[in-house]
Amino acid sequence: MNMDSDEEFNSNSNVDMSSDEGFLDQDMESDVSLGDDYELEASDDEEPDIGFDTQDKDVKPRKEAYQVDFQVLSPADIQASQDEQIDEVSAILGQPPQNSAILLRYARWNKERLIEAYMDKQDEVLEAAGLGSVATEQPPRFERVPNFMCDICCEEGDQLDTFAMKCGHRFCADCYTHYLVSKITDEGEAARIKCPGDGCNRIVDSKSLDFLVPPAVKGRYRELLTRTYVDDKENLRWCPAPNCEFAVDCPVKRKELFRIVPTVMCECKHTFCFGCSLADHLPAPCVLVKKWLKKCEDDSETANWISANTKECPRCHSTIEKNGGCNHMTCRKCRHEFCWMCMGVWAEHGTSWYNCNRFEERSGAEARDAQARSRQSLERYLHYYNRYANHEQSAKLDKDIYIKTERKMTQLQSASGMSWIEVQFLEQASQALQQCRQTLKWTYAFAYYLKRNNLTEIFEDNQKDLELSVENLSEMFEKPTDQLQGKKVEIMDRTSYCNKRRIILLNDTAENLKKGVWEFNVEMTG
Amino acid sequence: MLVAKRLQKELVKLNEHTPPGITIVSTENFQEWLMDIEVLDGNPLYQGEKYRLKFVFSGSYPIEPPEVTFVKDATHPIPMHPHIYSNGIICLDLLDRQGWSPVHNVESVCMSLQSMLTGNTKNERPPGDDDFVRRNTQRPRDISFLFHDNSV
Ligand SMILES: [Zn+2]
Ligand SMILES: [Zn+2]
Ligand SMILES: [Zn+2]
Ligand SMILES: [Zn+2]
Repeated sequence: MNMDSDEEFNSNSNVDMSSDEGFLDQDMESDVSLGDDYELEASDDEEPDIGFDTQDKDVKPRKEAYQVDFQVLSPADIQASQDEQIDEVSAILGQPPQNSAILLRYARWNKERLIEAYMDKQDEVLEAAGLGSVATEQPPRFERVPNFMCDICCEEGDQLDTFAMKCGHRFCADCYTHYLVSKITDEGEAARIKCPGDGCNRIVDSKSLDFLVPPAVKGRYRELLTRTYVDDKENLRWCPAPNCEFAVDCPVKRKELFRIVPTVMCECKHTFCFGCSLADHLPAPCVLVKKWLKKCEDDSETANWISANTKECPRCHSTIEKNGGCNHMTCRKCRHEFCWMCMGVWAEHGTSWYNCNRFEERSGAEARDAQARSRQSLERYLHYYNRYANHEQSAKLDKDIYIKTERKMTQLQSASGMSWIEVQFLEQASQALQQCRQTLKWTYAFAYYLKRNNLTEIFEDNQKDLELSVENLSEMFEKPTDQLQGKKVEIMDRTSYCNKRRIILLNDTAENLKKGVWEFNVEMTG
Repeated sequence: MLVAKRLQKELVKLNEHTPPGITIVSTENFQEWLMDIEVLDGNPLYQGEKYRLKFVFSGSYPIEPPEVTFVKDATHPIPMHPHIYSNGIICLDLLDRQGWSPVHNVESVCMSLQSMLTGNTKNERPPGDDDFVRRNTQRPRDISFLFHDNSV
């Protein structure tokens, strides 16, 4: 278990056991939650004394309003937490661990509801989980049956080893094994493999499975069971990064996703949304992200003209190509300085009355007829989409330029004997740019759905401030490499200013989201 | 090899007795068979027609379902049905991994398709047929159909 030092780490190992999954078709209140202290942190505005390791007292990191508690779990941690729950259930139900595991998997790891149901109707639960009286009394075994014919291979004979679960669908041992191996290795099923009989819904229990499949397949089977475990628990989610084996434990529930954007960082450093697994989309809530991506996909043709990387200088009309992330453009020919996004004069961007980020709604007569309204709605969309796409594109260009710079710096370093540490500030600057542009990008999707009220102005100011600080940092990367070392202090200042502006914006949006005071122009439903 | 053993047995059984309206066309190897089916109950949609089915067996048959499609040639049209695309691809849960049971065989698939046609009264293709046929380059087994309506 390891966390990024910026994130608050809750050393409380108490894991939230609750789940919203319906169990045994009972429509029960879904708020069962054991890790209550754990859960409250996510929704409480102030929590002055959360358990940190004592030695961390002096450097206790402050949890920002937009941050959520989470814990990164390694494959071994995941196994351990399964074992812990299995032992606990064993102790309560008086069943051997093997059976408790089957029961828990059957109950989709909803421990409370399993115990409740078991106390209520033990036989039914055992039966349904594949642990019916026969199964508990005797271990799975092969049988030979007179006049037997296997419906899978069509082989017949009294000497054939055969197998059937309680449902009585009997097949030869070879075919049964073959079937299970194929389900596990080819189809990746484990916890809910059904009997091969036509239309039979009986789940193959782990005991029968262990008895039938060769040892080599059992490893894969266990792996898949762990997959299902994580999939079944609402408080767990796999890191979506390719080949990453870690999972994240976060107490934010599905129904809270309208109020919280639970952003987590994996051991592998990938930052993603716990709610929907997409890459970090702060400050926009999952539901708006989904709507926005859908809209962009549907309208991709309309918006295509934006992707062009060349534009004309608004003053001398010579062609200008964008090769860095910075939106502060200077025409090579006439030295005119302008903003790539709105094509307006750059000098005005620092002043309070200039709004590059806000879409000015035209009012009155102009927007009266239907055609004008539809043009206005397209313009409005394009305004936000333009800025969204631009930050995405700029982030890529920033990264390209950083990689090139880093390469040059390394050369410079080996020539001048500078130590490696001295160029780390560039990496930090580049990371800040990536992260801030990621946030800015999503502020535009967020703003597109935001209804104007007395809070939107503060949001737009924050957005503008972050945007300006990002452009100020971004333009440093366009300086000649040999000047960068001399700009170190300035770059570091601008980097930390960017990070600060980002936190301010995210805290403001998160607090208002939590309070439910943002108004949106779409239904906030999935 | 299970697939060869099993298909051999199926073939012996089919040669002994083929249900009405089902004809073996070619069974030369254990990768691909052709079968013809007819609808015998006088459903006006399918009267007098023979439909040709292509079965493609993977090495995992019958654990995995065969790929079954209607094929079109001069004498064999693709039957009109809201679950059959005009390129011959069939949307039937029985042929999907989730709906398949290894207990099924060529004969039972033919019979299921016969009864699927027999019970149909709609002279239409699945919604979105044009689009699907134009775009579809996938093999049937890689398509996930939604079996929301098995009553047709
Ligand atoms: Zn068999
Ligand atoms: Zn069965
Ligand atoms: Zn990861
Ligand atoms: Zn999300």
